[in-house]
Amino acid sequence: MAHAVEIRDLHKSFGALQVLKGIDFTVDPGQVVCVIGPSGSGKSTLLRCVNLLEEPTSGQVVVDGVELTHRDVDIDAARRRVGMVFQQFNLFPHMTALENVMIAQRRVLKRGRAEAERVAMENLEKVGVAAKRDAYPAQLSGGQQQRVAIARALAMSPALMLFDEPTSALDPELVGDVLTVMRKLAEEGMTMLVVTHEMAFARDVADRVVFMDGGVIVEDGPAEQVIGAPQHERTRSFLRRVLDPTHTDV
Amino acid sequence: MTGPPAPSGSSAGAGLSPRQRRNISRGVQYAVFVVLAALVVSLADWAAIREHFLDMKVAENLFPEIFTIALKNTVIYTVSGYVLGFFLGLVVALMRLSSAAPNRWIALVYIEVFRGLPAVLVFILLGLAVPTAFPGIRFPFDEYGVVAIALGLVSAAYMAETIRAGLQAVPRGQMEAARSLGMSYSRAMITVVIPQALRIVIPPLTNELILLFKDSSLVFAIGVTSATSELTKFGQDIATEYADSTPLLLAGATYLLITIPLSIVVRRLEARQAKAR
Ligand SMILES: Nc1ncnc2c1ncn2[C@@H]1O[C@H](COP(=O)(O)OP(=O)(O)OP(=O)(O)O)[C@@H](O)[C@H]1O
Ligand SMILES: [Mg+2]
Repeated sequence: MAHAVEIRDLHKSFGALQVLKGIDFTVDPGQVVCVIGPSGSGKSTLLRCVNLLEEPTSGQVVVDGVELTHRDVDIDAARRRVGMVFQQFNLFPHMTALENVMIAQRRVLKRGRAEAERVAMENLEKVGVAAKRDAYPAQLSGGQQQRVAIARALAMSPALMLFDEPTSALDPELVGDVLTVMRKLAEEGMTMLVVTHEMAFARDVADRVVFMDGGVIVEDGPAEQVIGAPQHERTRSFLRRVLDPTHTDV
Repeated sequence: MTGPPAPSGSSAGAGLSPRQRRNISRGVQYAVFVVLAALVVSLADWAAIREHFLDMKVAENLFPEIFTIALKNTVIYTVSGYVLGFFLGLVVALMRLSSAAPNRWIALVYIEVFRGLPAVLVFILLGLAVPTAFPGIRFPFDEYGVVAIALGLVSAAYMAETIRAGLQAVPRGQMEAARSLGMSYSRAMITVVIPQALRIVIPPLTNELILLFKDSSLVFAIGVTSATSELTKFGQDIATEYADSTPLLLAGATYLLITIPLSIVVRRLEARQAKAR
């Protein structure tokens, strides 16, 4: 069976700094894979290599059967099939919520206004912010902004969704709304690759958990195994730190 | 007042509270102003001023041409130069941020050259040297074309730097979000980055418009006819004709009629941006 994402021997350096040192893994269609690991371990860099926001130094990235790292590939076309949700939301501040969700449908997919609006409203309803359609991002709470950002990505009908710490910038009481939306997406069968520090979410929702440290994958397995009964000492000490409430620095 | 006793009196060594000291310093400043103003008023020859700067008979001869010709031409020169400068400036700013090195070099050379040259020299080069060097070339709209291009070339260099700063002030995540939705680099620039950058630089770009209003007076360097003269040249010509400075004063006042409202607009915009931040 074809993988939704297949990464082979991925390396990424920034100048002399080696950030990814040979990453291999796959995500199957409909799977939810959570990536965990300490700060600076390369989680964001890995995620950004999957839609080529960062250009890998070497190795291959295959998404939905298309090798993005091939030099003849039309990267703009390939990215349409990969939605991305950022820690800082990155909504377009000069557009309303509705316009944010419509703009790429209009300009990239060349959908008509009526159809783009219909799809936008469907997705805003799905994430529970349809009532805020005419609000500008500055008028929305962080949780609402992040849900609009999710709707914006979904409106492109992606085959894969990437999330980079989608709840890290949120006030604690707003985290739940965003996680609920993500759970719903997972239940609907969306293929998801999620970098997160939300261990409860990873344990409950993820099919697989990948633990990264120092630019390599240390452990990759079913959620209950990697979080519940980690095989490696590095994973165990990381989990001890994040799960122990007296350590809040992670 | 039922509060505790004010501590201010006890702290000052010289027996003056900070407020008293501030009042005294203000008083001294005002006194200096008053003395200077009195000096100017008493030294001026008011009869001569009235005759040479406020002569109503001379002033009558300025109307309505000061508006229908001079101000109109000033506005045409300025606005056409500004529009040209804006689009050229935008292109140069984008080249300056291009990933292709030659683009960056060309943009840099352009900016350095046209910021370094006196604007009047650009007018002369364009109005006199270019027609000599390229006899076949005719500028569209004659003087109007030359002035628009000269002002455009000069203001583009300044606007390019302003716009570049605006483009760089847009967070990187905006471009990334747009690219992640499948937009090409240029599409993302046009729909996402440039609109935000321009919003940021509206106040400095409006300042540039004010500067350009004044620079439009440099058109004298290429020689204009009475039909194409603008405020400064117009005032100067009539001042020479009547050997009287009233036209210059009125020309100056007409500039301020345009530039002061623009300044107010700039200050409002800046205040609004400061509040939004
Ligand atoms: N554009 C860049 N230029 C230079 N260094 C970079 C760049 N992006 C990331 N790095 C470096 O790469 C390393 C890994 O960064 P990355 O953001 O992938 O870590 P992370 O696992 O996502 O950490 P966090 O949990 O803090 O988000 C860090 O040392 C970071 O400083
Ligand atoms: Mg990160």
